[in-house]
Amino acid sequence: MTQIRPASSEQPWAAPEEEPIVRIDKVTKTFGSTYAVDEISLNIHRGEFFSLLGASGCGKTTLLRMLGGFETPTSGRIYIDGQDVTDVPPYLRPINMMFQSYALFPHMNVAQNIAFGLKQERMPSALIRERVAEMMALVQIEKLATRKPHQLSGGQRQRVALARALAKHPKILLLDEPLGALDKKLREHTQFELVNIQERLGITFIIVTHDQEEAMTMSSRIALMHDGRIEQVDAPRRMYEFPATRYAANFIGSVNLFNGHVMSHDNDMVLIHSEEAGSDLLVHHSQPLNPGMEVTVAIRPEKIAVRDHHTDEPNSIHGVIQEIAYLGDVSIYHVELPSGKRVQFTQSNVLALAEQPLTWGQEVALTWNAYSCGVLTQ
Amino acid sequence: MNDWLLQLNNRIRALSPGKGLIVGAPWFWLALFFVLPFLFVLKISLAEPQLAQPPYQDWIREIEDGLITIKLNFGNYAMLWEDELYRDALWGSFEVAAISTFFCLLIGYPMAYAIALSPTHWRMPLLMLVILPFWTSFLIRVYAWIGILKNNGLLNNFLMSIGVIDQPLEILHTPTAVYIGVVYSYLPFLVLPLYATLVRLDNTLLEAAADLGARPWKQFLKITLPQSLPGILAGSMLVFIPVMGEFVIPDLLGGPDTLMIGKLMWTEFFSNKDWPLASALASVLLVVLIIPFVLMRHYEHKAAEEHK
Repeated sequence: MTQIRPASSEQPWAAPEEEPIVRIDKVTKTFGSTYAVDEISLNIHRGEFFSLLGASGCGKTTLLRMLGGFETPTSGRIYIDGQDVTDVPPYLRPINMMFQSYALFPHMNVAQNIAFGLKQERMPSALIRERVAEMMALVQIEKLATRKPHQLSGGQRQRVALARALAKHPKILLLDEPLGALDKKLREHTQFELVNIQERLGITFIIVTHDQEEAMTMSSRIALMHDGRIEQVDAPRRMYEFPATRYAANFIGSVNLFNGHVMSHDNDMVLIHSEEAGSDLLVHHSQPLNPGMEVTVAIRPEKIAVRDHHTDEPNSIHGVIQEIAYLGDVSIYHVELPSGKRVQFTQSNVLALAEQPLTWGQEVALTWNAYSCGVLTQ
Repeated sequence: MNDWLLQLNNRIRALSPGKGLIVGAPWFWLALFFVLPFLFVLKISLAEPQLAQPPYQDWIREIEDGLITIKLNFGNYAMLWEDELYRDALWGSFEVAAISTFFCLLIGYPMAYAIALSPTHWRMPLLMLVILPFWTSFLIRVYAWIGILKNNGLLNNFLMSIGVIDQPLEILHTPTAVYIGVVYSYLPFLVLPLYATLVRLDNTLLEAAADLGARPWKQFLKITLPQSLPGILAGSMLVFIPVMGEFVIPDLLGGPDTLMIGKLMWTEFFSNKDWPLASALASVLLVVLIIPFVLMRHYEHKAAEEHK
């Protein structure tokens, strides 16, 4: 997975003394008897590109709509820039939103759509013209000023919606599945553009998406949501390499999970016995774990290496190749262990014409590094 | 005109025979019950009146074997133009239609909007209430207004009993009574199409407007109102056009000073037995009414484009 954002970019969330631009404090939202959002607390910092990621129905859109002021929390408070906005109507919040359907006004042309928010502020018309031109230049739609929304393509509408939402220079921009309606190529291109615009304007972006790749590519941090709760909040890299829960490990990328119990824990190294793996597993883990505790070991398919022969060392498993999926850049191999457990691993296809060294029905020995896997207790 | 018919014919032929029947049926209906009768009316309007049965002279007559004379009489149209009575009646109808449409909008828009905003399970019963008056004969409902508006009628008795007035209000047989009757009778024709437009209005447009800083009143003015324009127009036409030719309400509720074209047509036709003049009047009214209709069609086309 590619990451557009330079790894060295600052980490405002690591400075706890700074007041976050958004503070969500134990917010709950119920519809009838269902908990759409279940006591979520979350801080989002100035200049972040923050993603709310989750499957449909996880409550991410409801949370975003509460930030925009379109839903009122059942309980809990929302602070923006230190100010309690829980009961402030949308038209008084220093926030703008880009809607999933774009919600362009059909009876206004592109320029009028972008100018709408500025007119509500009673900005002088000369300044409005200037700002509209600036916004159209920013998203490269200068030539479309007099077109009506029904005369635009999906990609162009998306740009108009973005320009309209940015025109008022909000403190925070909310984006509800901003790329959902675009085709794959355009989506990848637009991801880069969104990040560039966000960095240029320095506005805090909060985006809702169900697409893990999109979230990984664009975000400074991701909040993974599940059943109205937050599973994990982390930078994309940490989210992938060190998932906190089984759900998080499964949701982002593919993962092999081995159930087992802790045998010993010293020097930050945990030794785990797993019947499923048919081997003892050694994992680097700094939090203390008690012997006998039931845990799960998570290992990503690309971290697994093939070795010449099987040994009895920890992190050594063996099995028979059942299936091979050739994806071009990599191949995915499904291996059945003696315990019946299935394991996936991937290999890069480095040489174009090479005879595949691994084939169906072949017995393989596999291993991985103790620092490349993680222990999940939830 | 021929080109147009040819095109239509080609279009019908392009469809399979079954489809041709379906498309052809309304055209046939329209030709039989609208175009043909109208041609009769047009024909009579060009004839001369006479005291006979029927009370007009055919303008195509066979004098001797094979010799045909055609004698067109445009005098009826000339008379409509010259005699102020007809122009006043046309203007009177226009005035009543325009003012009634305005009041229907004033009352009907909030009604339609309220129904569109009410919870889904409430909408059907509320719409039923709007349609309910149609279950009684139109004539009986207009008669009922006589009972309400007359000097010792329901309204005056009520107002006098609570002491608001001590002399009955003269409402019946005044223009006010006509307006009350027309607005009452035609309100559903405006509420229904307006409701249909408002209920389809995309709520996220209002959210987007609110998000961009528009207060509720501004949201209504800038989004809801322009978006409901097709419904306003369709509803207004459905009120305006039939009210222009309305006869029953001004006849029953109006007084001698209510001059409307429908009433005049009735007088010419039945009292004066001047069929040609009445027909000319009907033809002129049709032409006058086609203009707003064409405008509406044009607007609907534009609106349909925007909703694609």
